[in-house]
Amino acid sequence: MGDWKTITVPALSSASQTALLNTSEKKMSPSSLNMQQVLHSPLPLCKSPHSFFSAFCTDENVEQSISYLDRELTTLGFPSLYSECNDKELNVTSIINCMNELLVLQRKNLRAQEEVEIQHLKLGSDMDHLQNCYAKVKEQLEASRREIMGLQERDRQQQCKNRNLHQLLKNEKDEVQKLQNIVASRATQYNHDMKRKEREYNKLKERLHQLVMNKKDKKIAMDVLNYVGRVDGKRGAWRTGKTEARNEEEMYKVLLGSYEQRQKQLLVENAELKKVLQQMKKEMISLLPPQKQKPKERAEDGIGPVLSDMEEDAVELNKENMWELSCETVREQLTNSIRKQWRMLKNHVEKLDNQVSRAHSGALNDSDVISREDHELATEKLELEIQQCREMIKTQQQLLQDCYLLEERERLQEEWKLFREQKKNFERERRSFTEAAIRLGLERKAFEEDRGAWLKQQFLSMTSDHKNSEHVKTQSPFSGSSEPDNQLTNFRSRQKKLHCLSSIATSEDLCQTIQHIPHNSNSSAVLSTEKSKPKQ
Amino acid sequence: MNFSEVFKLSGLLCRVSPDGKYLASCVQYRLIVRDVNNLQILQLYSCLDQIQYIEWSSDSLFILCAMYKRGIVQVWSLEQPDWHCKIDEGSAGLVASCWSPDGRHILNTTEFHLRITVWSLCTKSVSYIKYPKACQHDFLISLTGIAFTKDGRYMALAERRDCKDFISLFVCSDWQLLRHFDTETQDLAGIEWAPNGCVLAVWDTCLEYKILLYSLDGRLLSTYSAYEWSLGIKSVAWSPSSQFLAIGSYDEKVRILNHVTWKKITEFEHPATIANPKIIVYKEVEKCPRVETEILAFPPARVEASSLFSTQSKYDISQIPVSLQCVKPIADRANPRIGIGMLSFSPDNCFLATKNDNIPNAIWIWDVQKLKLFVVLEQLYAVQLFQWDPCQPRLAICTGNSKVYLWSPAGCVSVQVPVEGDFQVLSLCWHSNGDCMALLSKDNFCMCYLEKEEGK
Repeated sequence: MGDWKTITVPALSSASQTALLNTSEKKMSPSSLNMQQVLHSPLPLCKSPHSFFSAFCTDENVEQSISYLDRELTTLGFPSLYSECNDKELNVTSIINCMNELLVLQRKNLRAQEEVEIQHLKLGSDMDHLQNCYAKVKEQLEASRREIMGLQERDRQQQCKNRNLHQLLKNEKDEVQKLQNIVASRATQYNHDMKRKEREYNKLKERLHQLVMNKKDKKIAMDVLNYVGRVDGKRGAWRTGKTEARNEEEMYKVLLGSYEQRQKQLLVENAELKKVLQQMKKEMISLLPPQKQKPKERAEDGIGPVLSDMEEDAVELNKENMWELSCETVREQLTNSIRKQWRMLKNHVEKLDNQVSRAHSGALNDSDVISREDHELATEKLELEIQQCREMIKTQQQLLQDCYLLEERERLQEEWKLFREQKKNFERERRSFTEAAIRLGLERKAFEEDRGAWLKQQFLSMTSDHKNSEHVKTQSPFSGSSEPDNQLTNFRSRQKKLHCLSSIATSEDLCQTIQHIPHNSNSSAVLSTEKSKPKQ
Repeated sequence: MNFSEVFKLSGLLCRVSPDGKYLASCVQYRLIVRDVNNLQILQLYSCLDQIQYIEWSSDSLFILCAMYKRGIVQVWSLEQPDWHCKIDEGSAGLVASCWSPDGRHILNTTEFHLRITVWSLCTKSVSYIKYPKACQHDFLISLTGIAFTKDGRYMALAERRDCKDFISLFVCSDWQLLRHFDTETQDLAGIEWAPNGCVLAVWDTCLEYKILLYSLDGRLLSTYSAYEWSLGIKSVAWSPSSQFLAIGSYDEKVRILNHVTWKKITEFEHPATIANPKIIVYKEVEKCPRVETEILAFPPARVEASSLFSTQSKYDISQIPVSLQCVKPIADRANPRIGIGMLSFSPDNCFLATKNDNIPNAIWIWDVQKLKLFVVLEQLYAVQLFQWDPCQPRLAICTGNSKVYLWSPAGCVSVQVPVEGDFQVLSLCWHSNGDCMALLSKDNFCMCYLEKEEGK
């Protein structure tokens, strides 16, 4: 019974109802809907007022309802419905007063409610308004924030552009400065040249003036004592079309000569370079590993057939280069093959590097990777080989040296032999010479003896002749033919005779001494010694 | 190394004859011919005026003496001292004179480069060449654009007509005009034949970097231009084998072109700091002579005095990195002292010596086989002149003081010229067999005889 049922008095005018409805319709909001429902629910259009109002109090429970009402009213502060003296009697005035009071209260409440509702609506609308405002403001804020960001971004970009433009401006200024400097220097150069030309012009004018005024002109001539011959001694030739043509020819010959020389140099250089390239290619081919049959190694499979191709190409190229073709295709082939080889070599080296790094990291799963011991063994073997080779080279060198020595010795021996033979020949000759000298000496001796005898005869005959005739001229075969000489010859022959006699003995001595003369002397020396002796 | 005594000289005119037997020197108006070995005077000739230029004929039989002020060239004969020849250009004036390669023609350039007169000593003919060009490059002696091939067969002449440059090729034997063609240059600055006589290098004024290569028959083989607008070519040198053409420019770099493609194969830079440790840098340092004060006599003897005041110098090897002394050029002057001013190949083609005018005290020697910098020589004074020995890779350098410097791959040496008094070596001139050289100063010269096996 404590529920507050909102039972409104149906005496409310429909005008106020509609007014309420109107006001409520104007500011429609979801929060006020409930209110409306609340409002509406207690204000149904009274179609059956009786049925509604007879729900609380029926004919049966009048007393109860009155007592209930009384109780409620008294608790609310209203005077009691019953009269003061008697509880059972109803105080009509108080009931009417209560009813009036209740009506007033009701009206008051309604008004209050209306006001509250109006306020509520107002507040609701205010809130809506505020919310809208808020949303709008938030939107605006967002928008303005975005605008700010955008503006900032633009500002940044503009600053960047500004900086760039500043930089450009600086550059341009620098360039302008440089150009100004250049222009200034050119201007000074021009001015200088201009001044020089003007000075020369002035000088020309003066000279011209001088020449015009000067009547006596100095003779332009050459005074030479005598003309000199040309360098090559020939006479000067007339200048004809033939000489002109010859000069042209000479000039072209000179040019062609220089071009040919240059071309030769270039050809030689080309050939050398090609040789170098070929060598490089061969070495590269030799560096690469031989063909392996491993399906895993894709790269090697790639290398394998390519290698054979390369080798074929190399053979072809070698053949072609032997014929010294220098056409485009050969050149291209050579360079392409070198490039391919180089790439292969590079790949190979990279592969080895990878293998080495893998080996260092400990993964020895591939049998391609050469283990350290193997490597060391290989190096030891190589070192041994090197040692052996060195020793071999040494021994070979020694042998060669011995060979040379032997050769030299043999040559020396031969020379000795020759020398000895020659020596023997010389000795033989000497001996024969000495024998000849001895013989000569003997012959001389004999000759001297003969001479001596002849002279003796002559002398004897002469002495006898002299007695007989004085007119017979005797001409000794030795002296001249004149008579005064005759006397001399006589005297001389006498002397000679004496000398002969003595010389015979001396020649014998001489012959003896000849034998003792050392074997180096000449026969002419022997003869000279002989001659000197008789003259003494 | 032996030094001869000092003789008088004027105008740095001292020339060794092409056959290497005689030495001609000028003192004012006199021409003195001496024997090269004992420096005895063999002939003495007197000219009409102060001599400004002398040149031996190619067969060493004649010498020409040019006197530009009077416009006269006198030719003297060595065989016949009585023979005389005087060429008077009269009112035409004279600015340059040279021999033709056959030694029987003289080419005189008249004033204002109006024409070149070819006088013949054999015949009575005179030829005239019009419109020659004045080439102003300060590293070659001749002012006119004349270049003879090494074998003396052809002559190239630069001409300018109607504001355009032309090249004429003449056959020296009969002066026939072989070819005449125009060049694509703004203002031709110089021409030079390759030693093999088949290619002619023609380069433009320093305002434009352009070098053109023409073949002997006048065809343009190639053009090379390294950059635009900045000042261009300053010096050019051919290698003796004609394989390389070295071009020195105002941007302090040397560019080498090869003779096959005429393209640049390398660039040599000349920075002020050398950082590569493989390069040897020789620095000339002074070593003060020790003076023993007790022995000094007063007044000091002349010899002692000269040795007291002349400082000895030697070369030290500097530690890398080395920074060289730079000279800032005056910016608003024409023909500024920047860039590669001197360029020269060694006779065996192995080295290239260069001088950067920004760093005037240093000589850079480049190894041509490796195309790398080999040695840098840093002197105490600015380098005046360097010249390679005609027979071997030996470089002689003079810096305007009283010393002469020699460099060879074995090392370098600084030699004091033992002369009393002041002797500033301004120029030098090797003998054709590389055994001796003439050292020239303003008023004197002396001969320096080198030993056969020179080494340090």
